Amino acid sequence: MIKKIICINCPLGCEMEVLKDDGIIKVSGNTCKKGEDYAIAEIMDPKRIVTTTAKVIGGDREVVPVKTDKEISKSFMFDVVAEVNRHIFSAPLYVGQVLIENIFDTGVNVIATDFINRK
Amino acid sequence: MIRDVVVIGGGPAGLAAAIEAKKNGAEDVLIIERDKRLGGILQQCIHNGFGLHIFKEQLTGPEYANRFIDEVKNYKIDYMLDTMVIKIDKDRNIIALTPNDGIINIKSKAIVLTMGCRERTRGALNIPGNRPSGIFTAGAAQRFINMEGYMVGKKVVVLGSGDIGLIMARRMTLEGAEVKMVLELMPYSTGLKRNIAQCLHDFDIPLYFNHTVVRIHGRKRLEGVTIAEVDSERKPIKETERFVECDTLLLSVGLIPENELTREANIPIDNITSGPIVDESMQTMVEGIFACGNVVHVHDLVDYVTFESRIAGRSAAKFVKGQLSFNDKSFKTKGTYGIRYVVPHRIDPLNVDDSVNFFMRVDNVYKNVYLTVKNNGQIITKVRKAIVTPGEMESVVVKRSILEKLNKGDIEFTLEEIKND
Amino acid sequence: MYDVLIIGAGIVGCAIARELSKNELNIAVVEKGYDVSCGSTKANSGIVHAGYDAHEGTLKAKLNVRGCEMYEGLCKELDVPYKNNGSLVVAFNEEEQKEVEVLYKRGITNGVPNLKIIEKNEILSMEPNIKDNVICALYAPTAGIVSPFEMAIALGENACENGVEFIFNCEVSNIYKDKDKFMVETNRGIFEANYVVNAAGINSDKISKMLSGRIFSMIPTRGEYCLFDKIIGDLVEKTIFPTPTEKGKGILVSPTVHGNIFIGPNAIYQEDREDTSTYIEGINEILYGAQKNVNGIDMRYVITSFAGIRSKTNVGDFIIDIPQRGAVNAAGIESPGLTSAPAIAEMVVSLLCDQGLVLRKKKYFKANRSNTKKFIEMNDEEKKKALEQNPLYGRIICRCEHITEGDIVNAIRRPLGAISVDGVKKRVRAGMGRCQGGFCMPRVMEILERELNIDRKNINKDGPGSYILTGRTK
Repeated sequence: MIKKIICINCPLGCEMEVLKDDGIIKVSGNTCKKGEDYAIAEIMDPKRIVTTTAKVIGGDREVVPVKTDKEISKSFMFDVVAEVNRHIFSAPLYVGQVLIENIFDTGVNVIATDFINRK
Repeated sequence: MIRDVVVIGGGPAGLAAAIEAKKNGAEDVLIIERDKRLGGILQQCIHNGFGLHIFKEQLTGPEYANRFIDEVKNYKIDYMLDTMVIKIDKDRNIIALTPNDGIINIKSKAIVLTMGCRERTRGALNIPGNRPSGIFTAGAAQRFINMEGYMVGKKVVVLGSGDIGLIMARRMTLEGAEVKMVLELMPYSTGLKRNIAQCLHDFDIPLYFNHTVVRIHGRKRLEGVTIAEVDSERKPIKETERFVECDTLLLSVGLIPENELTREANIPIDNITSGPIVDESMQTMVEGIFACGNVVHVHDLVDYVTFESRIAGRSAAKFVKGQLSFNDKSFKTKGTYGIRYVVPHRIDPLNVDDSVNFFMRVDNVYKNVYLTVKNNGQIITKVRKAIVTPGEMESVVVKRSILEKLNKGDIEFTLEEIKND
Repeated sequence: MYDVLIIGAGIVGCAIARELSKNELNIAVVEKGYDVSCGSTKANSGIVHAGYDAHEGTLKAKLNVRGCEMYEGLCKELDVPYKNNGSLVVAFNEEEQKEVEVLYKRGITNGVPNLKIIEKNEILSMEPNIKDNVICALYAPTAGIVSPFEMAIALGENACENGVEFIFNCEVSNIYKDKDKFMVETNRGIFEANYVVNAAGINSDKISKMLSGRIFSMIPTRGEYCLFDKIIGDLVEKTIFPTPTEKGKGILVSPTVHGNIFIGPNAIYQEDREDTSTYIEGINEILYGAQKNVNGIDMRYVITSFAGIRSKTNVGDFIIDIPQRGAVNAAGIESPGLTSAPAIAEMVVSLLCDQGLVLRKKKYFKANRSNTKKFIEMNDEEKKKALEQNPLYGRIICRCEHITEGDIVNAIRRPLGAISVDGVKKRVRAGMGRCQGGFCMPRVMEILERELNIDRKNINKDGPGSYILTGRTK
């Protein structure tokens, strides 16, 4: 399997090709080691911080911005949003407050990233 | 009562400037903010990626803002919300309007302008066609979605590969919209590489370079756009026109510093940045009026806004205490060969603490160049760059010790090709 | 059952309604659109012409001069911003010079006061940004500028305050007579009236036909405009016209009453009566036309472009006549329709009287609108008072035009108040500035939601179907 990946580490944006064959990974097109590491991570288990909003009741805003407190598998991105959408949180909320603990048993929490005051 | 420092705007620039002014001995600091909360545009930038340089970690916009808001509160810095400054003058009189107290007059020893910027609109682009609903600047859509909890459309085309457009392409996709494509007039992106990878590639959203929207369709709600490829002079090629059905067009086509107050006060403005002309202390050409952040020039990283604003805040405090020197030993900066602008515009070495960080933007994509700083034909310093692009701000640090040795002429910034040796 | 039913709530229909409302009459205005000023009136140059353009002896000539005379007083009465800035028709060659002389003579015949032909030096000292190869110009000091939709809204609102009923989203499909009464069939039912007035603008040919009146063809003529930032608002002080051609008055450069500059319109004939889209060719045409006469037209300062449709007909003059007993046509009102509207209203009323409508003056006619001033326009004393009465005047919603929440609430609560984002914009200019609503639109919607008690999702940008939000995210 060959995958094309653009490196995000610097403005150079190297266009790398990653070859994965029988557990052997070969990266080409990178100019530095950072690029290679990124490419390998992207091919093995790409991870992202997911940010979205959640519904709030009784607050000075109707939604609160949230994020996963650690990176989570890229394949979970839509699931995280869907899971967050199933919850409603009551104001007040504070920055860093854990809203959903250990989402999908990943060890990752969903936390509030802004404060919401009571209406 | 005369305030020491009044900061106009409670976004990242204003917060950092106010805190720094207070830390440096300005007693009576006031932030005036038109919104109902401090934080400015960061409130709606709920994605992460802020703060790598300042905090060595990745924060979301509101988290980044809240760190400063906490500090403002800890330092007991005064702030007024829901208050808009409607006029300032060169004598540092401020007129503001607020629901609680009506029209208020404030006199200040120093002012820091941190009004930020606004987005270019469809009108400014002059895209022909109908005038239906469904056309939003990316930032307006961001506010609706992230702060108010409303969706603005289902099938989306994004015009412009600026960062807000890329971020919103991902955001709308995660909220269930179909983002059909991102169009970029130029042959390169004006957004960060990171955003192209994580906002577009992650979701298989195509990005078309050398493309633009040439016509808007729909008399009530947007029904679609005609897109076309452009030639090397950025003119649409008729034969490449095609219709794309969509109900939403997001515009991410540039930001303009908001300098209405500045202009009205007759503070000199740089025509290229559309922001005030500033010196090493982030002082405008009017004594005691400072400016920093996006109101001076559009930054791509908030961290740089913070760095710059700390200088402004510090300088404002120095000014209030009478510690900012005034003499004629001031150099102009000048961008040539590939450099569109340089900020700050003027340098008085005696006011420089340790070094000056010069910010600049290039006018095209260049590979393998030296970013060279010269004075009187002499090279002061040069930095090797594998690539420079208009989408990413460049900076060069020059030490005070070097600046002190200059005696006449401009400080010139230029790009030079690296010859293979 | 109405005494008079007026079809159309553009500048003409509103002027007629207001004029009639001075009397004890039961009046209704039916309008196809959702608000006043939805058709030709909406996108119009906003020039109060002096009256030298129209040919001698035409209705246009007569009503233009009369309308121009009336404007300033009427604007004062209704508290509508008006500026008597004067106009120049500029000539750059001999041929154009001759045309200026023709216009001068025509103006004198039409009764235009104080017309003068002025030479290069005087022109350039008046307007330094006019191209300096100008030879001479016709100077008409009586010309003025006004915001067309603000004028129509003011007339409509004042008519409404004086008892006229406005029925929106109401399209007339047929008119017939039952004995002496008109039966006006619409999508909102049949309305009965003793007298009917056709002020249907672009569709006035259809209504004339329904009234068995004169048959004429509508030649919808689109005109494109660009509006510029106030930064270049002092480019010209007077309205600058080129010499006219058979297509019309040409591309003009003019200030607006609010301190912007605009250029346009061109004149494109089209079948479609509702296509107000702009085209790149058109924008280029007006740009070229404007730059030919005036220096400093820089497209970097454009804040928006738009187009309007003129209700031009094959007749060449206004069609103000009696299609059948009890009815009056005010049809084919193209330029100088905005200027002529108050005079057209007088004429229509007199034609109604000729047919037996009896006017009994109202004892309590309210000639002035109240509480119309925007915060930004108030003096210090008024501002203080306004803030004491309503703290919402202290919250600026539209940063560009400095429009406060108090102004917006007022625009919504007034008679014929705003129900859409554009309705607010037309009434108090929120969103009319350089950011074009980027910052204030969400907040205007919030205020509309609260004031009208409707869900934000159901708030339109403009007319029905122009929804802005597609739902909640959560």
